[in-house]
Amino acid sequence: MSNDKKKNLPPQAQEYQAFQSRREVKRPILKNCIKAFLVGGFICLIGQCITTFYIYYFNFTEQTAGNPTTATLIFLTMLLTGFGVYDRIGQFAGAGSAVPVTGFGNAVISAAIEHKTEGFILGIGGSMFKVAGPVITYGVFSAFIVALIKTILIKWGGF
Amino acid sequence: MLNGHQTWIFQNKPVIISTGTVGGPFEANGAIPKAFDILHDDMWLNKDSFEKAQQTMMEEACQIAIKKSTIEKEQVKFFISGDLINQITPTTLAARSMSIPYFGLFSACATSMESLALSAAIINAHGADYILSGVSSHNAATEKQFRYPTEYGGQKPPTAQWTVTGAGCALVAKDGDGPVVTSATIGKVVDMGMNDPFNMGGAMAPAAVDTIETHLKERNIDHTYYDLIITGDLAHIGREVSLDLLHKKGIDIPEEKYVDSGLTIYREDQPVLAGASGPACSAIVAYGHFLEKLKQGELKRILVVATGSLQSPLSVNQGDTIPGIAHAVSIEVGSDIQ
Repeated sequence: MSNDKKKNLPPQAQEYQAFQSRREVKRPILKNCIKAFLVGGFICLIGQCITTFYIYYFNFTEQTAGNPTTATLIFLTMLLTGFGVYDRIGQFAGAGSAVPVTGFGNAVISAAIEHKTEGFILGIGGSMFKVAGPVITYGVFSAFIVALIKTILIKWGGF
Repeated sequence: MLNGHQTWIFQNKPVIISTGTVGGPFEANGAIPKAFDILHDDMWLNKDSFEKAQQTMMEEACQIAIKKSTIEKEQVKFFISGDLINQITPTTLAARSMSIPYFGLFSACATSMESLALSAAIINAHGADYILSGVSSHNAATEKQFRYPTEYGGQKPPTAQWTVTGAGCALVAKDGDGPVVTSATIGKVVDMGMNDPFNMGGAMAPAAVDTIETHLKERNIDHTYYDLIITGDLAHIGREVSLDLLHKKGIDIPEEKYVDSGLTIYREDQPVLAGASGPACSAIVAYGHFLEKLKQGELKRILVVATGSLQSPLSVNQGDTIPGIAHAVSIEVGSDIQ
């Protein structure tokens, strides 16, 4: 809660919150960071192996191997999510399994599985991007802003 | 009947003549599997949605309670129940298939004792002979309703709780054999400005303290009157905080006499973070576990304080704080009941 909002609370509530937060078990941030670093790094290592595999055994270059690698990682995520393993990895790894593309895949796939009972159109179709929607919306929006800035700089900045 | 502002004393001694409890696979693996009449080994119960599974568990719990008694379903006058899902549909649909006149309730996880208190009050006032009072919850259906999809890999903080999959039901009668519902205190909504939906124990603790304090005051008794005070689902953080608050107010309940359902139902090594939650949590622990101890004479008087955090995903997203509520019901056995 922002400090402004906190100031509006009655003194009794402020006192309780201070008292409560002393007893609250906090997230172990350092431990979580280390776990996220290791698991996130490991997922990237797997990604790198897949890229190398595509470059050596198929006709891909370093530039073009990105797309099949992403697709493969998302496919693996789909299996792990469907078998109920990915949420356990997520509880252990936190940002480590949420930040890579596998985390994005998990957000979409888990919502699709969850809302299947409400039908293919309104259930899966309507709710699939419930968790991942903000990432897409603001991803596209910020890409637009960055492209706009780039265009302006090139056109008028003389770069 | 009304004693003070919030407390009912039931002079006509409504009796819990039988109970029914149902659980899922995670509960079967927990600390008190014997508290359940039926344990399912599948979260889906062979239904095509988690909500339907929850509905089935509610129906089963009621059927068992009736079956364990000597009465027929047609003699039950009312079904008073609730749950956590949108517009309490699992309960409503269970009421549809049972076709018993129905009151639908919502006090989040405090619904269990709200329904027992209302059932006892109606029976005490000669409004019915038999009432089924129950609650249900389903882990996956609740996660979907309040948080993220079940298989979503988001990391939960240590203050988060695990919703119980199950249903608990008590058949309350005007007379018969069984533990007596002696009094109930209906709690006020208490809001201390907490706003983290992953820390419900902290949000509910002040409500529990308020209700316990009021109950003891209005019944004019000491905490030593009860063998156990059983809170609903405060879990680790809420239990400690509420115990400290009670001590601050001069109510010195010893640690061992203050148990929490959310810390009773699962084993220590199950991955439930702070503890269990859900309306079924307090109902199963009270009806399946502690009522047995009352019947066996291990305990004589208990106070069950079911706690609920009354947020909705909408209210949380709109920046509202999380209000808490607690309802207390005292259940006693023995010939010296006043």
